[in-house]
This record gives sequence, C-alpha cells and structure tokens, in this order.
Amino acid sequence: MPSIRQTAYPDVLPDFRNLAVMARVLVAVNALALTGALYTTTGVLAALEHFVYVAAFLEPLLLIQLVALSAASGLLARVPYWGACLLVMAIAAVLAGTYHGVVRAFLVQSVPSLGRTLALAILVTGFLLAYFYLHTKAFSPALAEARLQALQARIRPHFLFNSLNAVLALIRRDPKRAERALEDLADLFRTLMADARQFVRLADEISLLERYADIEQLRLGDRLRITWDLDAAPSDALLPPMVLQPLLENAVYHGVEPGTGAGDVVVRIERRGDRVHAVIENPYLEAGGQRAGNRMALENIRERLALFFDAEARLETRIANGRYRVDIEIPYRRT
Amino acid sequence: MIRVFIADDEAPARERLRELLEDISAEVPNAVAGEARNGLEALERLPASAAHVLLLDIRMPGMDGLELARHLSGLEEAPAVIFVTAHDKHAIEAFELNALDYLLKPVRAERLASALKKAAATGAPRRENLERAAGAPREYLSVAERHRIVLVPVRDILFLRAEQKYVTVRTREREHLIEESLVALEREFSGPFVRIHRNCLVARAAIRGFERTGGGDEEAHWQVVLDGVTERLPVSRRQWPAVRELIAERP
Repeated sequence: MPSIRQTAYPDVLPDFRNLAVMARVLVAVNALALTGALYTTTGVLAALEHFVYVAAFLEPLLLIQLVALSAASGLLARVPYWGACLLVMAIAAVLAGTYHGVVRAFLVQSVPSLGRTLALAILVTGFLLAYFYLHTKAFSPALAEARLQALQARIRPHFLFNSLNAVLALIRRDPKRAERALEDLADLFRTLMADARQFVRLADEISLLERYADIEQLRLGDRLRITWDLDAAPSDALLPPMVLQPLLENAVYHGVEPGTGAGDVVVRIERRGDRVHAVIENPYLEAGGQRAGNRMALENIRERLALFFDAEARLETRIANGRYRVDIEIPYRRT
Repeated sequence: MIRVFIADDEAPARERLRELLEDISAEVPNAVAGEARNGLEALERLPASAAHVLLLDIRMPGMDGLELARHLSGLEEAPAVIFVTAHDKHAIEAFELNALDYLLKPVRAERLASALKKAAATGAPRRENLERAAGAPREYLSVAERHRIVLVPVRDILFLRAEQKYVTVRTREREHLIEESLVALEREFSGPFVRIHRNCLVARAAIRGFERTGGGDEEAHWQVVLDGVTERLPVSRRQWPAVRELIAERP
C-alpha cells in the first residue's frame, strides 16, 4: 500500500534557462570575487582595481559556463538530483580548465595556476548549488500553499452549485446533454485536483477552457458570447495548470453575469517569438465591479506564475473603453 | 392553490423550479403565476400576477433579490418571499438572523413543499427584517401604486425633504412622495447625501454652490444652490459648519 511521503517535493536543480537564475549566479559570483579582492588587498581602491582584473578573467568564463548549462538543462532534468549536481560541477570544472589553458596560451601568462582555478571553480559551483538548494527548500511551502489555494479557491462554489442545478434541469428534457455536462464537470474537477506543480500542455488547458465555457453556456444561454482567437496558439507550449481557466471564470462572473444584456468575452492566445501571450477580455460593469474576489484570484495566479517562472512571467490588468482586460505573458517552453 | 412567481436569471434554474413545483402539486396545489429574468422585470410583472409566493434568486442582474424584496414590501398585497441561492454565505447569515425564508440550490422537492406551505401561511416578510438583512444601500427608492411600483434611481435624486408623515423625493423632472423616515434614509445613504437641515438631505453631487441671503431685519443664512433646478434650500445654522467641511473635501 502506498504511504504518504513526508517529502512531497523532490529536490530539483534550478532552471538554468531562466534569466533570473542566470542573474543570481552572476551577482553571487561577482560578489564572491569582490569579497576575495577586499580580503587579499589593503584599501578599497586597490581592492577595486584587483576586482576589475579578476572580473576580466572571470566574466567570459562565467558566461560560457551559463550558456553551456542552459544548453545542457534538458539532459540535467533527466538525471537524478545528486547526479545532476555532479554533472554541473564537472561541466563547470572542464570549462574552467579549458578556459584557463586557452587564456594562458594565447592571452596572458599571469593567471592563477590550473589547480587553483579548478579548485575555485568547483568550490564556487558547490556553493551556488547549495544556495539554490536552500532557495527551493525555502519556497516549497509556498508551492504547497499555492497547491492548496488551487484546490480550494479556483472554482467558485457559486459556479459548482449553479452548474449542478442546471444539469438537474436538463436531466428530464435532454438526458444526452446532461451527460455531457457532467462529463465536463468531471474533467474540470479532475484538473483541479491534479498535481498543481506539474506543467500542462496549452492544448489541454484550452480544451479545459472550452469545457468550462460549455457549462457556463448552459446556464447563461445567449447572454454569454465567447470569441475564441486561438489560431496562433502554440498547442505544445507548457504552462502551469489552472492559469487561464480562473481568468475566464472571472470574466464570466464579473463581466457577464451581473449584466442584463449579452456580454462579449474574448479569449486570445498566441505565440510571439519565444513568448506565449494570452488575453482575456470582458465588458467592464461598474455595478458588478471587479471586486475583492477578483483581486484574490489574480494575486493567486501572479504568485503561481512567479513560482514557476520567477521574473520571466507578466500579468497585467487594465480597463479601457468599457472593457476589462487581463494580459499574461510567459516564456515559450515545450516538452 | 398557491400562485407562485419565479425570478431567476438562469433559464435552467427557472425550468428546474417549474419541474419541482409540478412534482409537488399533489401535496401542495400550486400554479406558476409568472416568471422574470432579472430584478427589474420581476418588479414590472409581479404586481399584476397576483402571486402569493415569490421564489427569488438573490444574485440577479439589474437589481439583486434583497433590494427587489424591499421594493415589493410596499405593495398592498405583497407576496411572501422565499429567497433561493446557490452559495452566498453573508446573505444566508442575514436570512437566519432576520427570520427570512430561503432555499439552497439545487433545491429539493420536499424542502420546496414545506417552504411553500410555511410561506403561504406567514405571508409577506416584514420590511424591517428585509432592511436589516440588506448588506448595501438600495439603488432605487420606490413608490408603490396600486398595481405598479415606480422606481426612482437614487443617483437621480437631488434632495429628500421630510414633510408631515411623508418624504418628498425631488429629481430634476419631478417630485415623489414616499413613506419612509428621513433618519433611516440618512443612515442608509450617508455616503452620497448630506444633511443640511433638520428636515432635508441633499445629494452631494447636486450641490452647485452656496448663497448668502437675508440681512436687514431677517437673520442672514446660507442657501444651497442646486444643479438643474431653481429651488434654493436653506442650510440650518446648526448644520452649516459640517456642510461646509464636507463640501470642502469634494475633489
């Protein structure tokens, strides 16, 4: 019988393709170099001079290493954590050794010895890996929290009970349609209860949106008009689960339900270079208001995007010409 | 035979209630007297429907269920009201506190039957209970005529003035008389309205300025100049400092 594992979150390496991870590495290594310079010299000016000298040697190596690691990140993801750590150290050491040889042969002679270079490379890499290990550990409760929120707050009870009510109304008149509606509901809740840490394919998230829209259509009839603009949507793109559905739900809840007439909702998803861009737009009804519930849902999504993509994701809202609009941008990643 | 009116913005929800009413018709003889898709429509159709009981969804476009029930309570033969909601924690708490009947969606046939019986026996809800249960100020004031309810949007009102047992509601176009207390109105609309006199509340947005009059024998006092009408309203000596301060805050 399977047991409940204490550590539900396996150790993972940072994603070296992520710009924020790269930035952290650059800042940390340079800070270390500066500390070293301050320690070995007397006086701040001398230290700065020494630092510039060291940096001139260090920076190209660091960039080469980062590029190599980001290129190897596919391979690293397939290896168990500790093996991957060793692999990272090996990549860093081999590149440092080669770089040392090249610089010594063609540029300057007065570089530290090979032994010192290798030792430093391995030590610094180890230090950074430890830093990222602690960093992910520190954030994993937030991940657990995000998952809890995903479970509890994603679909409004209002929606669940009204949908069940609509299905009950269908059972006698149109049993086939009632069956389909229950299947749609089941799919929605299956996704809700799935592992919130796993990426999903955009194609799957889109089909979830369509199922959700079918149920809402049942309840609201002609009042809900959704325009789908998905021709340029990259179906193989990966994104965190339940990012778009809550936004569509918000659009219906705040933009269509409180209105007496028909409400137009637009869903547009497209790829722009290495970014995936999604827009969800609805009528802005002042009386209905974009209330506290909406802000909470948005904050929830923003937090989860930050957990997955760090600073590389963007979520913005704006009100213009009587329309409320949410823009999301995430890096384009594939399986 | 209980005549039932159904107000809900979702067609399947209305259909479901009709089905259930038919299912329980042997136990509780009933007939559907009318239906409405939103609050305003309900207000228009209900008075002529001669309904005894109103099944009323809370969250509806146009006007929410609680405000609708408050306007209906002015009717001579106001219906009993059973609120219906899918999930609205605050509303349910308020109903419990103020002895108002409600049903949860999806509604069960047995519950509907017992609620109908009870409602038909107890009749229309008390106006004070509805007032206390309401979470927000109304968007309209209403004047109940014999088979009709006239709505006056609160944002169109220039001022409210108490006279004898009525309150005059003045809009740009005309005047209405309502049977409510100025004190209760002041409490409900403390945001958009300001008291300028023992007997008068003025919409802050309608104030264009102030004029000083009198002098000579008469004691000098301030008057409010309103947007869109030529009438001037006296500000009492007692209210003047508070009024001046409130107006100064205006952006």
